[in-house]
Amino acid sequence: MHSIESFGTHDGPGIRLVIFLQGCKLKCLYCHNPDTIDTSGGSLMHIDELVEKAVKMKPYFSEKGGVTVSGGEPLLQSKELISFFKRLKQEGIHTNIDTNGRILNHFTKTLLDDYTDLVMLDIKHMTEEGYKAITGVPNNETTFTFAKHREASGKKMWLRYVLIPGITNIPELLHQMGSYFKNYKTIEKIELQPYHKLGIHKWKALGWNYQLKDTRENTDDEINTAVEILKNYFKKVKVN
Amino acid sequence: MEVKQFNYGIWTDEVNVRDFVIKNITPYYGTHEFLVGPTARTKNLWEICKKATKEERQNNGVRSVDTNTISTVSAFDAGYIDKKNEVIIGLQTDELLKRTMKPFGGFKVVQKALSEHGLVPNETLTELFSKYVKTHNDGVFDAYTKEIKKYRSLGFLTGLPDNYARGRIIGDYRRVALYGINFLIESKKDDLAKIKGPMTDAVIRLREEVSEQIKSLNEMVELGTKYNLDLSRPAENAQEAVQWTYMAYLAAVKEQDGAAMSLGNVSTFLDIYIQNDIQEGLITEVEAQEYIDQFVMKLRMVRHLRMGAYDEIFAGDPTWVTEAIGGMFEDGRTKVTKTSFRFLNTLYNLGPSPEPNMTILWAKDLPENFKSYCAKVSIDTSSIQFENDELMRKSRGSDDYGIACCVSHQDLGKSIQFFGARTNLAKTLLLAINGGRCEITGTQIVEGIEPCNCEYLNFDKVMANFKIAMKHVARVYNDSMNIIHYMHDKYYYEKAQMALIDTNPSINIAYGIAGLSIVADSLSAIKYAKVKPIRNEDGLTIDFKIQGEFPCYGNDDDRVDELAAKAVADFNNELKQLSVYKNAEPTMSVLTITSNVSYGKKTGATPDGRAMGIPFAPGANPMHGRDSQGAIASLNSVAKINYEDSQDGISNTFSIVPKSLGADDSSRTENLVAILDGYFSKKAQHVNVNVLNKETLLDAMKHPEEYPQLTIRVSGYAVNFVRLTKEQQLEVITRSFHESM
Repeated sequence: MHSIESFGTHDGPGIRLVIFLQGCKLKCLYCHNPDTIDTSGGSLMHIDELVEKAVKMKPYFSEKGGVTVSGGEPLLQSKELISFFKRLKQEGIHTNIDTNGRILNHFTKTLLDDYTDLVMLDIKHMTEEGYKAITGVPNNETTFTFAKHREASGKKMWLRYVLIPGITNIPELLHQMGSYFKNYKTIEKIELQPYHKLGIHKWKALGWNYQLKDTRENTDDEINTAVEILKNYFKKVKVN
Repeated sequence: MEVKQFNYGIWTDEVNVRDFVIKNITPYYGTHEFLVGPTARTKNLWEICKKATKEERQNNGVRSVDTNTISTVSAFDAGYIDKKNEVIIGLQTDELLKRTMKPFGGFKVVQKALSEHGLVPNETLTELFSKYVKTHNDGVFDAYTKEIKKYRSLGFLTGLPDNYARGRIIGDYRRVALYGINFLIESKKDDLAKIKGPMTDAVIRLREEVSEQIKSLNEMVELGTKYNLDLSRPAENAQEAVQWTYMAYLAAVKEQDGAAMSLGNVSTFLDIYIQNDIQEGLITEVEAQEYIDQFVMKLRMVRHLRMGAYDEIFAGDPTWVTEAIGGMFEDGRTKVTKTSFRFLNTLYNLGPSPEPNMTILWAKDLPENFKSYCAKVSIDTSSIQFENDELMRKSRGSDDYGIACCVSHQDLGKSIQFFGARTNLAKTLLLAINGGRCEITGTQIVEGIEPCNCEYLNFDKVMANFKIAMKHVARVYNDSMNIIHYMHDKYYYEKAQMALIDTNPSINIAYGIAGLSIVADSLSAIKYAKVKPIRNEDGLTIDFKIQGEFPCYGNDDDRVDELAAKAVADFNNELKQLSVYKNAEPTMSVLTITSNVSYGKKTGATPDGRAMGIPFAPGANPMHGRDSQGAIASLNSVAKINYEDSQDGISNTFSIVPKSLGADDSSRTENLVAILDGYFSKKAQHVNVNVLNKETLLDAMKHPEEYPQLTIRVSGYAVNFVRLTKEQQLEVITRSFHESM
């Protein structure tokens, strides 16, 4: 585990207990939690203890809230998450995973199909080259295979998309994404996350080189244009 | 008496405002959309007030002072802001924002306050009070022991109301409107006749008090006459109901300058009259809001003469005109009415403001529309606070109550409170480590505690010593309280307020503690890490070295939260053992006002790693920056302090940046409602909510003139941020602003 935020308001519906797991196989250029990447870091925590924390927070969840597991990449620990989420479901708590969707093994499928109320799937880039440029590794359709699996299971999904001027915030890419997903029934909404540089100091602290130094943030107009395009394809478009 | 339009009940024959409200209330479940903006008259008046408060700030916090008159209920001619525009009239003096001398609390204090503005009281008064007239302050110091003075001067007991008026008593100001003063006088006369011998101290005292109350009621009639108002009879319409209620409150703040002088819960009561007038077609929503706007404006203009040092414990020139809004009746109906909304609406019509200190009595079953509106107002203005109605109603057995000062339940018209400031619990813990000596001066404070000579602090030993220290501090604290309240009754009795309260009400004494989070984290460090005391040549511990990690209060971790809850329970138990003047019931609060800064200054290094002089966290808050798991974990920790052990209140101040509360307005409102429902379901008692960006505060420090109405909640009340000292401003800014990634 990397850390806990007991008042998450930007990681799924309502008020959420957000558990940031340690470890990710990607190294996205804009990652704002680079300290969660190293798979050998973090600390161990008992599932019992996490369940207890969630139960103590239950009165704050109201109708919508619950637990979100984020990271790092939570699906690296799919097997362990099954027991965690199983316990949460017994307690009647809403479960949500924030993922890049690269892993889809037997454990992942059980976790997603049986115990995960909502998946927030991060669409890094619609093209193979773009994906590799951002994450450092090839996509090989993994994101799309993952989405198809979720769609087939009939369970809810949100898409998340980081808007970077000139890299992902390009009209033709947005249209491409919209066309690809427009017939998906499980997608409730797409959340746009305008690129920001708030994580830079963490890169510096790790002694890593931040390659997007010269990339600027979106103007309001650029964000609005992206929203307008995506509204043609998705029921709900939200800027987070 | 003549009662036409109302439903009858017990209230018709005897003084019982609760019964009147229960029989006549119209609960409101709708939205805020019926609300209207201010009238031109209100706007004109408010412009004058804004100009006057600006002049006040520019003139070192005081616009003018009368140095010739002792302020009493009937002192001064009528005063107006701008008569032709006023629908609710009355000022404390003949001039807006003019401060007055109320010397019976302490004449030296008045002299000091005046001298700070280059003024002196007139010669006759100076001679009278120097030679012939005794005050509360004189009486207290005649009776104080050496021991009390030592505890006081070294900062173990702080902010005691021994040189200022105790306040906290809430008159049931509604009574004047409902019954008229003649009826109240008759009722008091009946009471007086029933107070008979044998003439013990208590009986004699009570007879004298009731006689004083009757005189004061007559003075209130005289006050009304100055404004051409016949307060001897009941109010006959909505405008009069608001006016009569305000006159009753005005009488109180003319006679007394108590630290906190709450209003009670008048909004639901006034709604009955307003509802009637609207139904009968006498007024519209415009007039209804105008009455409330102008009433609230008057409450914002209440002033007392204070000396500069007062600012350290009660910063920002507060008056605590606390008005409790909302809540539920025992019968399951809500007390929310349209006038609950109208009060909150003044924060838009007149802009944000610390006064009146609007306090929402929150319950799960409040109308959803009201909950959302409160959340919206809180987010927009950071001017309101929330308290757990269900918890207090059940624990204290009353559903018609006001909030005394910041957070304390007070059954209206039935009970009063003796204010007791607070003891420094962190310093008390240091006594346990220093063989009963003050950690700064080395003065022996408590006998019978062995010095800790071991290399590392031993938890069990420290706890045993802490218990001894608590016992002694509680004893001396109790001694000082008994003296203070005896003398306050004797020399500065609140006759106007007590005239509006049942004869011989129940009393609770309101003790308090400061430094709770420091105590909890220190005990946690001693228990779960290794704490090595660093001692000076005199054997006093001047610092601590901590090896290893320990859980901190504020992370929903039972290991340390239980230590906090236990410290509260233990000290409360010590206080409960001690008998109190007038048989008052002992209760305790975890509340600091802004004194957490000055208490911190007077406290040496503590075993949690806090350096000497660093401010405490306010109230029951976790220490800044130590709550690392986000806002809910922090709230859950505070919720574990048992209200039964701290029935006078447990104050928590919650500050969050707007973006962290939610992505947009509607989710922010929704999330705040969910937080309040969740927090109070955990049996927490109180929370202040600030929704602000740190940058706003920093900018307000640089350009105070641009933020005259910027309001921020501190422990249990709100202040104009620009009226805080620089030190206090910085402390507020350093405090945890919950901000997620």
